[in-house]
Amino acid sequence: MVATPSVADAIAEVAQNTNKKSRTLWGDAWRRFKKHRLAMFGSVVIIFLILTVLIGPSVWTVNRDDLDFAYTMSNPIAQHPLGTDELGRDMLARALYGGRISLSVGVTAMIIAILLGSVIGAVSGYLGGYVDEGLSFLTNLFLSLPQLPLLLLTVYLFRDSVTKVLGLEFGMFVIVVTMVGVLAWMSTARIVRASFISLKQKEFVEAAICVGVKRSNIMFKHILPNAMSPIIVAATLEIGNAILSESTLSFLGIGFPPDTPTWGRLVTDGSQYLQVAPHLPLIPAALIFITVLSINFMGDGLRDALDPRSRL
Amino acid sequence: MTQYIIRRILVAIPTLLLISVIIFGVLALAPGDPLAQFALNPAIPMETRARIRESFGLDKPWPVRYVRWITSMVKGDWGFSFATKSPVIDVVFQRVPQTLQVVGLAYLIAIFIAIPVGIISAVKQYSFFDQITTFLSFIGGALPSFFTGLSFMLIFAINLQWFPIVYSSTLDLTTSAGITQQLKQMVLPVMVLVVQQTAALTRFMRSSMLDNLPLDYVRTARAKGLSDWAVVIRHVVINSIIPVVTLIALGIPAIFAGAIITENLFRVNGLGQLLVTSIQNSDTPTVMALAFIFSILVVVFNLIADLLYGVLDPRVKYT
Repeated sequence: MVATPSVADAIAEVAQNTNKKSRTLWGDAWRRFKKHRLAMFGSVVIIFLILTVLIGPSVWTVNRDDLDFAYTMSNPIAQHPLGTDELGRDMLARALYGGRISLSVGVTAMIIAILLGSVIGAVSGYLGGYVDEGLSFLTNLFLSLPQLPLLLLTVYLFRDSVTKVLGLEFGMFVIVVTMVGVLAWMSTARIVRASFISLKQKEFVEAAICVGVKRSNIMFKHILPNAMSPIIVAATLEIGNAILSESTLSFLGIGFPPDTPTWGRLVTDGSQYLQVAPHLPLIPAALIFITVLSINFMGDGLRDALDPRSRL
Repeated sequence: MTQYIIRRILVAIPTLLLISVIIFGVLALAPGDPLAQFALNPAIPMETRARIRESFGLDKPWPVRYVRWITSMVKGDWGFSFATKSPVIDVVFQRVPQTLQVVGLAYLIAIFIAIPVGIISAVKQYSFFDQITTFLSFIGGALPSFFTGLSFMLIFAINLQWFPIVYSSTLDLTTSAGITQQLKQMVLPVMVLVVQQTAALTRFMRSSMLDNLPLDYVRTARAKGLSDWAVVIRHVVINSIIPVVTLIALGIPAIFAGAIITENLFRVNGLGQLLVTSIQNSDTPTVMALAFIFSILVVVFNLIADLLYGVLDPRVKYT
């Protein structure tokens, strides 16, 4: 005789299943991300760089402006692991300090670009009509602006008046970050607009409207979390782009003041000594390259991990 | 189609005007006096300065100055460069050949490498070749051009001494020695730009091929007995190259503006270097002319890319 499954058995089975750890959206994403080897490699490198730049200066206490005339333009040695520049300043201390600036420029500019892009994209996609037409025209207009020339021009023109008010280094930080962010929000706006247009017709939005949720809450509390994955990917890649823009500005001598050792600045200053001390420009240039490459790997991994259709 | 072109041009004109307002506005709002260089000169008294100001129309409100500027820009009168005291239009057109030679050549080489590599790497997806090229194009995309530039300089110009470090613009191009020298000095900047552009184009060509390969028409072509080679070249490539062609058209304005770092590193006397030196010299007329030319190029090539898409792909309908 075949045993028929009893109610008790069924209850036991259900209880067993609920005891199992349930799979969440973000848990799944993390599981897929872990399998992306290059992305994991990139994340490890980035975490390592952030920690080094944060903790480094309190471990490596050499002052970045101290002159060591016994060793000018020296190769990497025990006292100066990354060598010294033409005045005998310690390159490790300078690179650590420059890394703080480069990374914080990247993150802050990304936040500005993503905030602008998300708000503009959300409003334009959700409201539609004339608002959408106007904002889409604005987006296309910004896409047609010559990015790098305009960045160079605005930073150059406004740096004196801004640094007068906010101080040399902080003022420069504010203007670089603002301009890089203001010239980089367009792709995010397009992505967010597209997802808002498709999401606003979903049932949960209808339900929210019926319950009487405020329009801004529908946009930012109900729809935005569902459009999060492409925004996260865009944000990651934007950090890399912003770091590159800052180093380009510094490299062309239009960025931070000469005595602020951002990575781009170190490359320019060192490039005059390429023949005698190639490590001076190449080490900071390699740092920029490794940072941007790792960020791009992370972005690529996130793109695959956050896409529920991909089965990594 | 004609109607579509006309409408696109009608949209492009206000876009260009708005961009010109933005560029002019940035310069007009910026603190700093265009006559600042006279302020330190005791030989020019206040009254003369006021008169210069008046003769340039600098005492007028900025909308008036904008209208004057834009009308003379359109007429081809771009003013005089503060730095070289010669007409801006001459200064700019002197630089165009150098930029076109170096950056244009690099773009051509990048296209000729990227398209076949992208095709092979898509057809043989996940093969060793594909994995290597995907990895390399990732690295190429993240390489800042000053890093590749400095490394190439160190290896090929300083250690091997194959090529000169600094670009010379005074070569006599009528002699064969001058031409060889010119070709030699172009190698390094061109290589730097090729690395950068090949990476992006290869990835795009590969993903466009991968979009097309699993489609039904490919299976049909195979089913009727075409060889693999014919299917790929005559069917898949033709279809996947359409978005790549538009991407190439969209990248052309960057040929003029995007090589700023490479030109500065190798001292190529092109438009990118002119822009940076004019900004540093506060040479406002040159900066404005260059910024405006770059925006015109962007808008025009956006338009060309859109139209090309329709010409190459008959499925695109103009409504």
